[in-house]
Amino acid sequence: MGKIKYHMLVCGGTGCHASQSDQILKKFETLIHDRGLENEVQVIKTGCFGFCEKGPIVKMMPDNTFYTKVKLDDCEEILEEHIIKGRKVTRLLYENPETGEHVSDSKHMEFYKKQIRIALRNCGFINPENIEEYIARDGYQALGKVLTELSPEATIEIMKKSGLRGRGGGGFPTGLKWEITRAVKSDQKYVVCNADEGDPGAFMDRSVLEGDPHSVLEAMAINGYCTGADKGLVYIRAEYPLAVERLKIAMKQAREYGLLGKNILGTGFNFDVEIRYGAGAFVCGEETALIHSMEGLRGEPTVKPPFPSESGYLGKPTNVNNVETYANVPVIINKGADWFAKIGTERSKGTKVFALAGKINNVGLIEVPMGITLREVIYEIGGGIKNDKEFKAVQTGGPSGGMLTVKDLDTPIDYDNLIAAGSMMGSGGMIVMDENDCMVAMAKFYLQFTVEESCGKCSPCRIGNKRLYEMLEKITQGNGTPEDLDKLRNLSQVIKDTSLCGLGQSSPNPVLSSLNNFYDEYMEHVNLKKCRAGKCKSLMQYIINAENCIGCTLCARNCPVNAITGERKQVHLIDQEKCIKCGACMEKCKFNAIYIK
Amino acid sequence: MEKIKTLADLKKMQENLRAKIDLREKSAQPETHIQVKVAMATCGIASGAKEVMEAFVEEFSKRNIDAVVTQTGCMGYCYAEPTVEITKPGQDPITFGYVDVKKVSKLIDKYILNNELVDGIIPVNYQSIDKH
Ligand SMILES: Cc1cc2nc3c(=O)[nH]c(=O)nc-3n(C[C@H](O)[C@H](O)[C@H](O)COP(=O)(O)O)c2cc1C
Ligand code: SF4
Repeated sequence: MGKIKYHMLVCGGTGCHASQSDQILKKFETLIHDRGLENEVQVIKTGCFGFCEKGPIVKMMPDNTFYTKVKLDDCEEILEEHIIKGRKVTRLLYENPETGEHVSDSKHMEFYKKQIRIALRNCGFINPENIEEYIARDGYQALGKVLTELSPEATIEIMKKSGLRGRGGGGFPTGLKWEITRAVKSDQKYVVCNADEGDPGAFMDRSVLEGDPHSVLEAMAINGYCTGADKGLVYIRAEYPLAVERLKIAMKQAREYGLLGKNILGTGFNFDVEIRYGAGAFVCGEETALIHSMEGLRGEPTVKPPFPSESGYLGKPTNVNNVETYANVPVIINKGADWFAKIGTERSKGTKVFALAGKINNVGLIEVPMGITLREVIYEIGGGIKNDKEFKAVQTGGPSGGMLTVKDLDTPIDYDNLIAAGSMMGSGGMIVMDENDCMVAMAKFYLQFTVEESCGKCSPCRIGNKRLYEMLEKITQGNGTPEDLDKLRNLSQVIKDTSLCGLGQSSPNPVLSSLNNFYDEYMEHVNLKKCRAGKCKSLMQYIINAENCIGCTLCARNCPVNAITGERKQVHLIDQEKCIKCGACMEKCKFNAIYIK
Repeated sequence: MEKIKTLADLKKMQENLRAKIDLREKSAQPETHIQVKVAMATCGIASGAKEVMEAFVEEFSKRNIDAVVTQTGCMGYCYAEPTVEITKPGQDPITFGYVDVKKVSKLIDKYILNNELVDGIIPVNYQSIDKH
């Protein structure tokens, strides 16, 4: 039998990879081989599908059947049923949590309905380790087009007209940055890809590099042509081994095909790329610190100006862009600036990739048009809050961002609206919190992160953030005073105004935005010594209800610090001095006799 | 690997490579292609639906017709199996019953290529579930 009838796409992203997707792929190949189906079925390793919550994912083409949580033991059944008998394996299909219905076609899953995939266009679609699949999907056509048909100026004009803004956090217009770098005269210039991705919980850039590394390489070459650079550097954290490996394979293949190197496509244009490894410091994502780290110096920021576009790596003009920013470039060149500018809002064009995490049903990676509302993201794509809890807030922009609350649910998401709401786009982390999350504790969590990641070069950030952290610690322990709240606010403002780099300038944002949105919760901690979410252990008391306690002694026997006393068949008592609030007693009690005050 | 020397070479290479991912490309946007859905539940399989599906794939590829062939569950016309639903871009789906391997070419010649109806049409009284 001649023609391939099925493509089986097996996710090879980090998430699915960790749950054996590699072995699943091998097993499928063996099974197919054993049955002599090589000419009918092709197995393809792809990048991330985004729906990591339900991984490992196996998608069947042409019918778009989306199998979730596939295990090694399921492979045989999928092959027997789906391929040989032509029937779907219902139990592995995605189940709509609301209707309980099985949805087989990924197009009909709420998770995918509102997504538009530009930066992630090839993730979960092509084999990232095979340049030919990328070429088949218009790969390197954009580079070819600019090299042969467009001048650097005309290309920059397209980028400017598209309205693309930097996806690494700042949102600086990409075309303008290229123009500035081009304008600086120098014998040598550099193009840098920022793949540091230090925002906790974020994995947008990793997924692009794992799922579609060539799109970044192609865009860097286009950037080099526009700015006049012949050398590209990808700065990537060493904790991303899979992304590094795929990038290396891509670079090797691109060189073999003559798409990187000397005289690309016979146009006389030279461009090649090298990898530089970071050790995973958050501050090294800041472009000046990143450049110093690449130079072999300490990863510390320096004052801007001069901007890297003027004086960057080794003092030469250096154009720094983010991974996701680059991934948009070839599409813009191929489809045109107008096509791109039609998507999104007035001042934020195109799409944004977000990593949805926290108390949400569908954890994963999504790409949505700018201007979508938080409500659509959380309740439609994200499938709502876990365990039907109440939505409380969502942190965007990671440790540099702020919290958005119920009042922001219908605000269209774009760069400017998020800033107006007291947060920021950041690189795309979205951490959803529910009623059981304490906002003071959340602010403390982010502050702890910045205190650890501050490079220590300037005192407002090094010392100020530490003091902020200590004050938050004091409040969560029940020792805060109303004056502390004023001090928090003032110090935050000082740190913002006087820190040297973006890290310090934005680090108080979680404190300020939680103060603004949840002032009453701070007041409860301070005045009533109460944490309504039940998160701040020092403010909690485990109490035994004398009416329900029958004196079974189970709690006393389970308390790790012997804080519970009481005779058999007598009401027991918890010594609050000794109690460490571990909750073991409440968990064990069969009579509902222990409660939290 | 021979290096790609010009944009024209790259374009030529892409043309040749397209076939490799063609199946995926088409199925990502089924609405712009001729779609053939073969009912493949127990009843359909028993009456030869699998062979019919293969015949469609072979014929389309032989004649170079852009189409997506997939299976669906039971359409509820077990008396007329194998049944096949054909959707041409911009048209309502039409369901044909009693399709066997021999009838496949006829369906392609008449309905798919010339829009002529073929016997065995099943009056449709359902909304395609894929419309949601
Ligand atoms: C503390 C800090 C961390 C940053 N981390 C990253 C990062 O991980 N990835 C990134 O692309 N940009 C990061 N940035 C932004 C970069 O400094 C720079 O603006 C960006 O890489 C420019 O690319 P873009 O215009 O394409 O967004 C960070 C900035 C600061 C202040
Ligand atoms: S603001 Fe913080 S991270 Fe930035 S230079 Fe100062 S100490 Fe270093």
